[in-house]
Amino acid sequence: MSLQGKTDMNTTTVTAPGPEFMGLDKIQGPLVVIQGIKDVGYGERVEIVTSSGETRQGRVLAISREAAVIEVFHGTSGLDQEKTRVRFLGRPFEMVVSKEEVLGRIFNGLGAPIDGGPPPFQGQARNVNGLPINPVARAYPEDFIQTGISTIDGMNTLVRGQKLPIFSGSGLPHNDLAMQIVRQARLLTEESNFAVIFAAMGVRHEEAEAFRKSFEESGVLNNVAMFLNLADDPAVERLIAPRVALTAAEYLAFEEGLHVLVILTDMTNYCEALREVATSKGEVPSRKGYPGYLYSDLASIYERAGRIHGRKGSVTQIPILTMPDDDITHPIPDLTGYITEGQIVLDRTLFRKGIYPPVNVLPSLSRLMSDGIGEGKTREDHKNISSQLYAAYSKAKQVERLASIIGEEDLSVTDKKYFEFSKRFEQEFVNQGRDENRSIFDTLDLGWELVMTFPESELVRVTPEEIEKYGKTSHSGNQE
Amino acid sequence: MKQNPKRETPLVSFVSGPVVKASPGHLLSMNEMVEVGAQRLVGEVIGLEGDTATIQVYEDTTGLKPGTEVLGQKMPLFVELGPGLIGQIFDGIQRPLDVLKERWGDFIKRGKTSFALSREKVWRFEPKIQPGSLVTAGTILGQVRETEAVTHKILVPPNVSGEVKRIVPPGNYTLEEVIAEVETQSGLVVPLRMFHKWPVRMPRPYRKRFMPTVPLLTGQRVIDTFFPLAKGGTAAIPGGFGTGKTVTQHQLSKWADADIIIYIGCGERGNEMTGVLTDFPRLLDPRTQRPLIERTVLIANTSDMPVAAREASIYTGITMAEYFRDQGYDVALMADSTSRWAEALREISGRLEEMPAEEGFPAYLASRLAAFYERSGRVQTLSDEMGSVSIIGAVSPPGGDFSEPVTMHTKRFVQCFWALDKELASARYFPAINYLESYSAYVSAVSDWWTEKTGPEWQELRERAVQILQEDAKLQNIVKLLGEEALPDDQRRIIEGAKLIKNDFLQQSAFDPVDTYCQPLKQFYLLKTIMHFIKRLHDIVSARIPLFRAMELPVVEKIHRAKYTIKGEEPEPFLEIMTEIDQQMDALLERSREPTHESSR
Repeated sequence: MSLQGKTDMNTTTVTAPGPEFMGLDKIQGPLVVIQGIKDVGYGERVEIVTSSGETRQGRVLAISREAAVIEVFHGTSGLDQEKTRVRFLGRPFEMVVSKEEVLGRIFNGLGAPIDGGPPPFQGQARNVNGLPINPVARAYPEDFIQTGISTIDGMNTLVRGQKLPIFSGSGLPHNDLAMQIVRQARLLTEESNFAVIFAAMGVRHEEAEAFRKSFEESGVLNNVAMFLNLADDPAVERLIAPRVALTAAEYLAFEEGLHVLVILTDMTNYCEALREVATSKGEVPSRKGYPGYLYSDLASIYERAGRIHGRKGSVTQIPILTMPDDDITHPIPDLTGYITEGQIVLDRTLFRKGIYPPVNVLPSLSRLMSDGIGEGKTREDHKNISSQLYAAYSKAKQVERLASIIGEEDLSVTDKKYFEFSKRFEQEFVNQGRDENRSIFDTLDLGWELVMTFPESELVRVTPEEIEKYGKTSHSGNQE
Repeated sequence: MKQNPKRETPLVSFVSGPVVKASPGHLLSMNEMVEVGAQRLVGEVIGLEGDTATIQVYEDTTGLKPGTEVLGQKMPLFVELGPGLIGQIFDGIQRPLDVLKERWGDFIKRGKTSFALSREKVWRFEPKIQPGSLVTAGTILGQVRETEAVTHKILVPPNVSGEVKRIVPPGNYTLEEVIAEVETQSGLVVPLRMFHKWPVRMPRPYRKRFMPTVPLLTGQRVIDTFFPLAKGGTAAIPGGFGTGKTVTQHQLSKWADADIIIYIGCGERGNEMTGVLTDFPRLLDPRTQRPLIERTVLIANTSDMPVAAREASIYTGITMAEYFRDQGYDVALMADSTSRWAEALREISGRLEEMPAEEGFPAYLASRLAAFYERSGRVQTLSDEMGSVSIIGAVSPPGGDFSEPVTMHTKRFVQCFWALDKELASARYFPAINYLESYSAYVSAVSDWWTEKTGPEWQELRERAVQILQEDAKLQNIVKLLGEEALPDDQRRIIEGAKLIKNDFLQQSAFDPVDTYCQPLKQFYLLKTIMHFIKRLHDIVSARIPLFRAMELPVVEKIHRAKYTIKGEEPEPFLEIMTEIDQQMDALLERSREPTHESSR
């Protein structure tokens, strides 16, 4: 392996087996303690061989001169104190990556193939924890990605290199939405080299299968790598799965120049696993029992998205999480929202009305939107019409509350218009088919059609010129 | 790695994430900077107990082995202060990120690095004193024109005083070269360079402290007019995610009329720092017409960088701020976000197995926050100049709940509270500063300044506007139940007036080239115009003319657009609008007096 780096963790390729020890001092939950060790480093990868000869993976969590605490990925059940052997590998968790050996393949949560093929061996071995991207090296994301979904393209625009999660609830169609994004996502300006990395953490088998099928049907399977930690796989493995997947994504993006879309599902299961391990270590919990470092830990995953100056590819992340009890203030969505560049929020009320995708635009947000839209990128009126739709829908929701008290009949003339707008906005703008791929121009024109039901005095966020140009001719075609 | 047991060096005995223990601890001192292990990771001693030192390591400890050496640096965690700071981006422990990029490429690796300030770069130094003069700490030795916008004054370090034996003539020097020699009272000759080191956890001395009375103008109407911050003051911006904390911080760092901006990205997104790095060289300071980057120092500990350095980043920033204050500058420091700093404290505290207080935060959270905000202030420096450090800290309360410990404690130590509101943000109403929950203790302190600039009217206008907003808030409770139609015109006048204040004054677009920055006089005239219209509405209602007639007047559209269309801060365009208001209102009143067939509706 010809690598320039010699000592850094990121590129270590030494495979000589490290020291091996026999017997465990303590077994508790997914953790074991071993005494009398020597020359072992923090965070090192460990192989544990049970008395029956089975090998399990683990990682050093804390270490002193005499003892090491090890996290065992396949669980500790069946381990015995005397005959278990522990082998320290002298290097951290690594994933061997090369374009040919990763794309079109299926791996488990630790990065070992489960599709019957051989493990990747030609490429670089990379530390799955990655390294922080130097902010000086980052290139600001600003390339519009058309997903064909009005609520995203029109009002919460996705750009290349962004991390934009879907906040969902159990039973809501977040998977359908994610699959539709994968099928339809195109850059407005160019068709390009792309790859999809799919990492599943604790999801059910049929969900993973549905994704695989969807990739197959849209003919992209050869551009997809799947990393599956299913619901019945060990919970501790969930902590490694997204890191292995992102290691592959970073390699494909920054070394091979591909535009990589990473789907991580379900981040809630990931956080549950993190809490489980933290609790068994006896750590001081913070909110709802999650460890105090949940923010930093999530950041070490989400921040692995972006673009880099002078490199062709990009990593765009769409993590999916289910909000426990639909509560957006729960620590998992809360901390995620602080790290990611916005969020797409799915709403149960809209779902019950039969609206797909049930995106509630009001709490949704894309922080990078203003940099990815406008003249030369989408259309000059994009920012204002989107802002007008937000203002109108937000007002309409207040009117709906009022109507539920005083009755629809007693609304003022203007308020009635808002009441009508709300219905049409949800039925015509938010609602669309699972295979309906709207162009950004169609989305914007549809927005104009809806706001033009108001008298012009209500349209304070768009300019009179824009009303003239786009509002009054919204159905005469899109001469851009 | 082999150790020699006879040589007395502390060795690593325990590793858990960023917390490392080493013994024997008596070889190290509290807060001493250390280099740990074969990779020489940078750390700081944060505890000494028995013969064991507890070390917080500022870098990833993966691969670190017990038994490796810990090298004490014989000094506490420090920063380098001197020419080369401006326009630079550093990490939490003052490693220059552009140098790291040159050395390591696009990703940040670990271990010992170069100096914070370039030793090769040559600066043009001009001495300001003669040999033989007596200098004390803080005396200005000379100056370096660091950027077009900033003249860097070279100070005698705070712990040196005596007689100048030698000072170099004007010329080009590097930071390594001695530019002066000072003989102290004890006869010791101290060589001085253009930079010195200062421990980050120790506030820099000053002569005297003053009350803040001059507003720190930000060009943001809701702040300058409604909740002003004074130079040397403290402010907090709390808000849930997506409420616009970062955009507000960026706006303030762009347009605040400070001489120097220190921007600390503490545990936030990498792309945000990239955004600042892309924007600031392009945007011009409205006062100096020079790129904003020429007065800015950036400190970045993004959320994926090591957590211990996050704790240090705040101190690195505030020490630099004090250093520029000591040169007689007004410095504004933005910390985004102090919650991440508090969480870093919590994480380290947890690993030290300290007894947690509220929500797992250590019991000393409040005192650390207090000590940090206390390093702000408007002071007379050691060289008898006036300088100030203003601190604006963002707070990210979990779940947007302001009753959590960091927000609660911060509230106790800041004088300005700009509460961001989720509901305003989701209607894309920005800046989403809730005008009912926010407050500023500096209103009376800065009102003299405004009075001098605009006349006695300012305070009265402001108070009337605040009053209308408060009455409106009360009326909105009724509107929510019965609808606006149910109110008499006299009360709807308040609601319509409040709407004008909210939409045409308070709301301000950060992305509109004109509206992004609003000069103080423009703020005043705009508010005056709006308040004039509201006052005239009263006449309309008294004359029993339906309110909607007045709201349909063509001049209303002009008021809506004024903030975007009027660029300067001259009174004329506003006076024109006010004249139009009077003309159109008078005409309306006139028409209603004439007996017509459709006089009322």
